[in-house]
Amino acid sequence: MASASKMKQPSLLDPTIVRQAAIESLKKLDPRLVAKNPVMFVVEVGSLLTTILWLRDRMLHPAGAAPGWFTLTVSIWLWFTVIFANFAEAVAEGRGKAQADTLRRMRREIMARKLVGGREVTVEASALRKGDVVVIEAGELVPGDGEITEGIASVDESAITGESAPVIREAGGDRSAVTGGTKVLSDRIVVRIGADPGESFLDRMIALVEGAARQKTPNEIALHILLVGLTLVFLFACVTLVPIARYSSIGLSATAIVALLVCLIPTTIGGLLSAIGIAGMDRLLRKNVLAMSGRAVEAAGDVDTLLLDKTGTITLGNRMATELLPAPGVRVEDVADVAQLASLADETPEGRSIVVLAKEKYGLRGREVHGAEHAFIPFSAHTRMSGCDIAGRVIRKGAVEAIARHVAALGGSMPSRLEAEAARIGDSGGTPLAVSDGAIVLGIIHLKDVVKGGIKERFDRFRAMGIRTVMITGDNPRTAAAIAREAGVDDFLAEATPEAKMKLIQAEQAKGKLVAMTGDGTNDAPALAQADVGVAMNTGTQAAKEAGNMVDLDSNPTKLLEVVEVGKQLLMTRGTLTTFSIANDVAKYFAILPALFVAAYPELAPLDIMHLASPFSAILSAVIFNALVIVLLIPLALAGVKYRPIGAAAVLRRSLFIYGLGGVIAPFVGIKLIDLALAAAGVI
Amino acid sequence: MTINGWVQIGLFALVVLAITKPLGAYMFRVFEGERQPLRRLFGPLERVLYRLCGVNPKREQGWKGYAAAMLLFSLFGMVVTYAIQRLQHILPLNPQKLGPVASDLALSTAASFTTNTNWQNYGGESTMSYLSQMAGLAWHNFTSAAVGIGVALALARGLTRQPGPGGPKTLGSFWVDLVRSMVYVLLPVSLVVGLVLVALGVPQTLSGYRELTTLEGVKQVVALGPVASQEVIKMFGTNGGGFFNANSAHPFENPIPLVNFIQLVLIFAIPAGLTYTYGMMARDRRQGWALFAAMAVLWFAGVLVAYHAESHANPALAGLAVDHRPGNMEGKEVRFGIANSALFATVTTDASCGAVNSMHDSFTPLGGLVPMVNIQLGEVIFGGVGAGLYGMLVMVVLTVFIAGLMVGRTPEYLGKKVEGREMKLAMLYILVFPAVVLTLTALSSVVGYGTSSLNNAGPHGLSELLYAYSSGAGNNGSAFAGLNGNTRFWNLTLAADMLVGRFWMIIPALAIGGSMVGKKVAAPGLGTFPTSGPTFAALLVSVILIVGALTYFPALSIGPVLEHFAALAGKVF
Repeated sequence: MASASKMKQPSLLDPTIVRQAAIESLKKLDPRLVAKNPVMFVVEVGSLLTTILWLRDRMLHPAGAAPGWFTLTVSIWLWFTVIFANFAEAVAEGRGKAQADTLRRMRREIMARKLVGGREVTVEASALRKGDVVVIEAGELVPGDGEITEGIASVDESAITGESAPVIREAGGDRSAVTGGTKVLSDRIVVRIGADPGESFLDRMIALVEGAARQKTPNEIALHILLVGLTLVFLFACVTLVPIARYSSIGLSATAIVALLVCLIPTTIGGLLSAIGIAGMDRLLRKNVLAMSGRAVEAAGDVDTLLLDKTGTITLGNRMATELLPAPGVRVEDVADVAQLASLADETPEGRSIVVLAKEKYGLRGREVHGAEHAFIPFSAHTRMSGCDIAGRVIRKGAVEAIARHVAALGGSMPSRLEAEAARIGDSGGTPLAVSDGAIVLGIIHLKDVVKGGIKERFDRFRAMGIRTVMITGDNPRTAAAIAREAGVDDFLAEATPEAKMKLIQAEQAKGKLVAMTGDGTNDAPALAQADVGVAMNTGTQAAKEAGNMVDLDSNPTKLLEVVEVGKQLLMTRGTLTTFSIANDVAKYFAILPALFVAAYPELAPLDIMHLASPFSAILSAVIFNALVIVLLIPLALAGVKYRPIGAAAVLRRSLFIYGLGGVIAPFVGIKLIDLALAAAGVI
Repeated sequence: MTINGWVQIGLFALVVLAITKPLGAYMFRVFEGERQPLRRLFGPLERVLYRLCGVNPKREQGWKGYAAAMLLFSLFGMVVTYAIQRLQHILPLNPQKLGPVASDLALSTAASFTTNTNWQNYGGESTMSYLSQMAGLAWHNFTSAAVGIGVALALARGLTRQPGPGGPKTLGSFWVDLVRSMVYVLLPVSLVVGLVLVALGVPQTLSGYRELTTLEGVKQVVALGPVASQEVIKMFGTNGGGFFNANSAHPFENPIPLVNFIQLVLIFAIPAGLTYTYGMMARDRRQGWALFAAMAVLWFAGVLVAYHAESHANPALAGLAVDHRPGNMEGKEVRFGIANSALFATVTTDASCGAVNSMHDSFTPLGGLVPMVNIQLGEVIFGGVGAGLYGMLVMVVLTVFIAGLMVGRTPEYLGKKVEGREMKLAMLYILVFPAVVLTLTALSSVVGYGTSSLNNAGPHGLSELLYAYSSGAGNNGSAFAGLNGNTRFWNLTLAADMLVGRFWMIIPALAIGGSMVGKKVAAPGLGTFPTSGPTFAALLVSVILIVGALTYFPALSIGPVLEHFAALAGKVF
């Protein structure tokens, strides 16, 4: 589960980051960098133009020029507008960099004990290549990403996940992956390295948080087009205003036109757009999810259907033995005794849970069994039984049908009462295992899936977001239905094979739905690749991690809820700030247009509904507001607009009210206040 | 404002509302149905036309094919119309022996009628022969309307069709849409309503002008001609080019209030009906009604302002000894009065028709602002025949994008994602209009060729310039007629204005259809916002207003707005 001790969380405006960002924001004035953002590029050109105008006026004193202090002040605030936008981006990047530095410190040189032809050779971790085999013992750091081929160990992964409790990693199965930089706390493992230097998990993570790997997402591109289009429209409106005003005998100063243009083009969203994107990735990382691309995060916001593996996601990982049911005439203690014997060598979680149940509920101590008289029979998919032959006794446990066949072959039979019990257990979502000694069936073990606490509430949230949840399980439909009911998922796929999973995903996609799934096993890999959003668990196999487009470091499958929220927040923040930015223009018009024309036509005074101190003050106030609003909105851009699962129509109404209506009103207030302040300070 | 006036406006609204569904459903069956309605009546003509033109009605076109056919067809019509005007003196049906039309005027007129604008830099009765009127101009009154309907259908098909993976990404056949528009919709209604107009006193004759002696004993030439047939399609196809110079203010074009009412309803009939057709195509009629509602709200706002403004006396005339109580009657016909003039001005500019029954130039500054803003909002308030729907759908795409982001989901319309390519095309569509209008207005306001055509100084003159290019690019055709447009400069710039405003906007609209048609369709869920509800309609209205207002407000503020405040302060220019 998500822990409180997440990655170090810098406060929104950490002083170190702010200092760094302030320097960065000046470096980013380089026109080649600004040109990537056409909206801000227009502002920078305007800043430069007004600066040149000021210099020209100072030197040549042309007739009819605007006062020098006005041109200079406008010019300074235009430069600030660009700098503030740069600052927003730099802060967002700085937060990522702070994390990258923490990560990089972990990558300090590790010495690895490489196995070459059975002998240990000490090499630098950076010299390891894919396919090398290394030995790691308690107290040592894992030199690189890889898969355990031998042994079991407890590993401290807090460096990556922030989770302080150690986790168990063992050879074989779905918990065999280890990550470079983590620490082995106990035992000895042999690991086959799975990534060349520079391609490891840690490397990719550093690249991502530093924004080096950031590409514009599809929605970001579309929004960019909208903003550039609007900028062009306003460019036409402002440039053509000069000759049109000249017809009306109004001379417009270039400073005033630049000010008007900058105030009208969507600088607020234009300036914050890249910060929003970087902050979104960053936010996801804080939730311990590593997305391979921004595209995947955006897609997460669009998810319609979510496929969840039952095991480990909806239920507590493994089935646990919860109860023993003796056959008629058999003492329950005898059942426990035989069940324990049958499970002693069974290292599966189910097997262990039987031993635990026998010990805790029936007081049977674990006993050592050794010697030649024991022959352990491991579970095979063919017989569907396991057990042991001990002192001439043939002890078996397994699926009810399998045991029934087994005792029938030995001349015994399954008591009908046990058959009825088995059916009852199956109906309730549990799994019955029969236990036999020779030809006699002693009883039934009730293995039960335990549904995780709080899972139902999480599914309710998914439902409120409009996302349908589907449980995937290898269980039979009866069992699946019972668990689905208990957990509150919308649908389930029982007796799922990898092919059935694929088919389900493809069928949903054919209906135009976006499918997300979580998985950890190697057999999940094709489905993870097919899904639009595939979240691999960090505990999962390398194959699963490579197939998905996100990795959850906490290995918490319902983390998707947060991923979806981050994806939605990302789009919402862009959408609402766009709306806000455009809505602001209304007030700016009422500030600037009367100021431009009122000298020539005093009759237009009624348009100055804010009653600003003077035309110069009006233009200046609008420009200052326009610059300051970028700074004021940085926290919102970084934190994202809050998403509430209240249905799209309600979200839209809310956003329109706050950012649309608010966007119309706020600048009226803001510009008037700045105007009052300027007047009070005697600037104008 | 009077009760009587509002009752007439209300009656108009009710009649438009009442015909929207039946006409829309009829058009759906004509264009999208398996079997066309009234097949026995119109089918033979339809089939003959296909055979004559070698059209295979089963063969559909992709957006590029559709656009190419549309452009070729329009170009052909434009060339023919130009030729007829230039040669009218040697062609038949010219009883008044009118000479050839000057080359620049013939060009602007050909462009004007091809683009469904019908801006007229000439007086019909003194310039155009009957053949020019009937073959050259009336031809376009039908075909340019049919082209508009076709483009709207093509875009609507792009948005609503669900061909599935591997299915055809076609938008219909331009030729089929063209023929069906003519045969099933435009011609039959024109025939029937044309006869009604004749019955109500509109002339229809091929004989020459009459010379009469007036009561004062003076000889006067009274112009006549095939007026009724021209009149009905002028309205029904939202063309607006009058047979006479005075357009629908002329007593032969628009003799009585009942004819005026019929004309008003004809203007809105197809644009309103198409919203319903669109709803049926989208398999969700509320989608169509949402567009209708957004249009209706904007229409009502316009009528309210115009009627209110015109009900007040013109402050410039305050000192004169006339009765100011009815309001501003300058330039209005007494038989229509204030309410019907304000309503007509609003409707004709909402719908890119451009016919006038009063002089917009003589409206009060705010009254005249309404028609100008209606055009500048992009002719989407019901809009031109077809043009209104495709224009509105482009605005919908833009609105959906902004709204979609706000709810935290890749924007979708009718289950199809709106992405970068569609935004590019939509922004191109939105950019073309102000770019051409503002550039030409700015140009004409500083060069002598432009300003020398003005009859008014000061902000009113600026309004005339801005109105002219807005009207041209918006394919409206109405004018602040204090401007002499028949100069080489104006003929050429207006021709460019109209052609760009028509075809540079149609092509991105068709391309959006082509880009949307093959997209995967997702079923709506809790996470998608409905595009059929009042919230969306309100947002759509705001987007239209904001995009339009933000673009033109600077220029308007030293045009009509300045004129208004100056007039209040008692200042004239």
